Amino acid sequence: MRYIKDSLLQVFGYKIPRPSKDQQSPEVRAIYESKMGKLSKADLEALHIEHKGTTFFKKWQKRRWATLIIVNLLFVASFYFDVQLVEGSLTGARVVGFHFADLNAALQVALAYKHIVLNLVIGMVTVFIMWMLLGGRTFCSWVCPYHLLSEVAEYLHLWLAKKKIIKNRTFSRKVRSVFYVIFALLALVTGYTVFETISPTGILSRALIYGPGIALVWVGFLLLFEVFYSRRAWCRYVCPIGVTYGMVGVFSPVRVKYNAEACHHEGDCRKVCLVPHVLDLTIRNGAAEVNQDVASDCTRCGMCVDICPTDSLTFEVKGLSKMLK
Amino acid sequence: MSEKKSVSKRKKRPLTPKRKEQSRREFLRASVLTVGVVGVSLMGYIPVMQGKTLSLRPPGALKTPEDEQEFFASCIKCGQCVQVCPVEAIKLADLPDGFGIGLPYIDAREQACDFSCDGLQCVLACPTGALTHDLDYPADTRMGFARLSRPKACLAMQGKGFKGQARGPDYEGLLRYEEVDRWNPIPVADYPYDLEICDLCVRQCPIEIRITQCEENASDNDQQQLARVAQQMGNECPPKHAITLEPVDLGDGVKRMKPVVQEGCVGCGVCEMICPVESAAIVIDLDKNADTVMEG
Repeated sequence: MRYIKDSLLQVFGYKIPRPSKDQQSPEVRAIYESKMGKLSKADLEALHIEHKGTTFFKKWQKRRWATLIIVNLLFVASFYFDVQLVEGSLTGARVVGFHFADLNAALQVALAYKHIVLNLVIGMVTVFIMWMLLGGRTFCSWVCPYHLLSEVAEYLHLWLAKKKIIKNRTFSRKVRSVFYVIFALLALVTGYTVFETISPTGILSRALIYGPGIALVWVGFLLLFEVFYSRRAWCRYVCPIGVTYGMVGVFSPVRVKYNAEACHHEGDCRKVCLVPHVLDLTIRNGAAEVNQDVASDCTRCGMCVDICPTDSLTFEVKGLSKMLK
Repeated sequence: MSEKKSVSKRKKRPLTPKRKEQSRREFLRASVLTVGVVGVSLMGYIPVMQGKTLSLRPPGALKTPEDEQEFFASCIKCGQCVQVCPVEAIKLADLPDGFGIGLPYIDAREQACDFSCDGLQCVLACPTGALTHDLDYPADTRMGFARLSRPKACLAMQGKGFKGQARGPDYEGLLRYEEVDRWNPIPVADYPYDLEICDLCVRQCPIEIRITQCEENASDNDQQQLARVAQQMGNECPPKHAITLEPVDLGDGVKRMKPVVQEGCVGCGVCEMICPVESAAIVIDLDKNADTVMEG
C-alpha cells in the first residue's frame, strides 16, 4: 500500500517525505549508524573501476538500446517488407493480428470522441496488462524513440554543462500533472486530440515508418531545448505518456530494488537517472527498510544498476526472484 | 499551485532563502513552460479553423462534407490504413495540418482509391472506428462528389478520342485492371488505351465497373451462381450509376459526349486520377456527397 501511495505521489510530482527515525526499521537504523565515516573520492573511483570497468556502454544500457532499436525497426520492417508482424505505429498497432493501443493516445481519442469501440478497448487492455507486467514506464526507456534521441542529447547537455558553457535549469515537477490534466481536458472540451499534435513519440514513430516530415522540426526544437536549457525536460516535466505509464507501473512486479547495506550514498545513481527523485531513498537515512523498491515513476532503464559500484541497486521481478532462489 | 497541500503530516523544515529562491524560479519556469507548450499545441487549431485541413479521406471516414471534427477526434493516428492499402493511396498528414497531424488523406490525382482491395481493407484495419465499420461495400462510401470542372478541356466534350498512356510514361499511379490481373493493381503507364472517343472517367469508374460485372453475371441467368460470385468477390452490386457518358449537340455537327456525374458517385477520385488532360477536367468536390446532392 505504501509503495502504491508513494509511487502515485511521485508520478504526480510530489516529493516523498523522508522517513523519520521511528518510521525506520531497527535493522536499517543499525546500518546507517554503522556507516559513519565517509569514503574518499579516490576510494570511490577505485571501486568503480574495479566494479564495472570504464566502458562507455554498460550492460543494461546496451540491452535497452538494442531492444528500443529492434522494436522500432520491427514496425519499420513490417511495413517495408509487408510482413504482418507489427503493423501500425506506436500510437496504435496490431501485433500478429492482435490489437495494441497506446494508453495515452487511446485516452485522448476516448476523451475527444466520447465513444469507444470494442477494438480500442481490447487494444488498451492488452497494452495495460503488458506494461503492468513489464514495469509501466519501461515503455519510456525501452521503446519510446524520443527517449533514445533525448538520451544522446543528454550526453551533449552534460558535456556542455561540465565545460561550464551552459547551465541546467530545473522546473517544478508538479507541472507534469498540470500538463496531464490540461491535455485531458483539452481533448474533452475541444474534441481534438490536442496532445498528439506535439507528441514527439507519435511524430517520430510515424516518421520512421511512413517517412520523415516537417513535424521533425518540432522534435529537433525539443532536443535543442534539452541540450541547451534543461536536461531531459520533455520526459521529466511534460510528457503525459510517462504519467500514464507511471500509474500503470504501480502494479508492476518488475522493479529496481535498493539494498541499503553496502550503499556508499555517494549519489552516482542519482546523477545518471532520468527521474532522480525516485532514488531519494538512496540518500543517507532515506530508506525505511533495508530492502526497498524504487517507486513506479522509475523507467527501469537500468542506468543506476549499471553505475552502482556496490550492487546496491538491482533489477528484481517480484515473486519470480523468490521462486528462482 | 499546490502550496497548501502538505504531503507529510510532519512539520516541514523552513526552507533556506536559497532554496526558497530556487523553488520560486522553478515555479515561474514551470508556468512559462505550461503556457508555451499548451500554446504551441493549440496552434494546431489554426489550420483547422482556416479550413486548410479539409481533404479527401479514406472510405468510411467519420465526417460530413462540412465538418471533419469527429474524424479528427476518433483517429488515433497510427497509419494502419496506410499499410493495408494495395494501391498505396493513403498518406498521413504532416505538421502544417495542425490537429490533423497523422490523419490519413488521399491525393486523388496522384493515386486514387480504386477499391481494388474489394473488402475496404482500411476500414477493417482501423482500430478506433474513425473509418466506420458500418460500411460494407464501395457503393456505401461517401468521400466526396465528382464534378466536371473544366468542361471545355474535356476530350469527350471536344469530340476527341485518346491514344496512349493515360497519364504519360512517368506516372507511377496504380489501378486494377481485372482483365490483366484479378488481384493485383498494375501501373497505369503499363496499360495504354486507344479510344475513339475518350471515356476514361466512365470506363475506369470502380462503381461503373462493378455495375457492368453485376449485369454480366445477372445475364448468365444463373441466380445461384450470381449469389456465389457476389459473396466471393464481396462487391454487392451498386444500386445507382456513378457516371455516364451522354451525347451533347452544340449544333456544329461534331459528335461530342459529356461525362455526367450521377447519384451513385462515391467520390473515390479515380476519374480525377485517370483524366488525361492536365490539369484534370473532372475533380472531386469535398463539400458534397451523394447524400447531400440527393437532398439538395
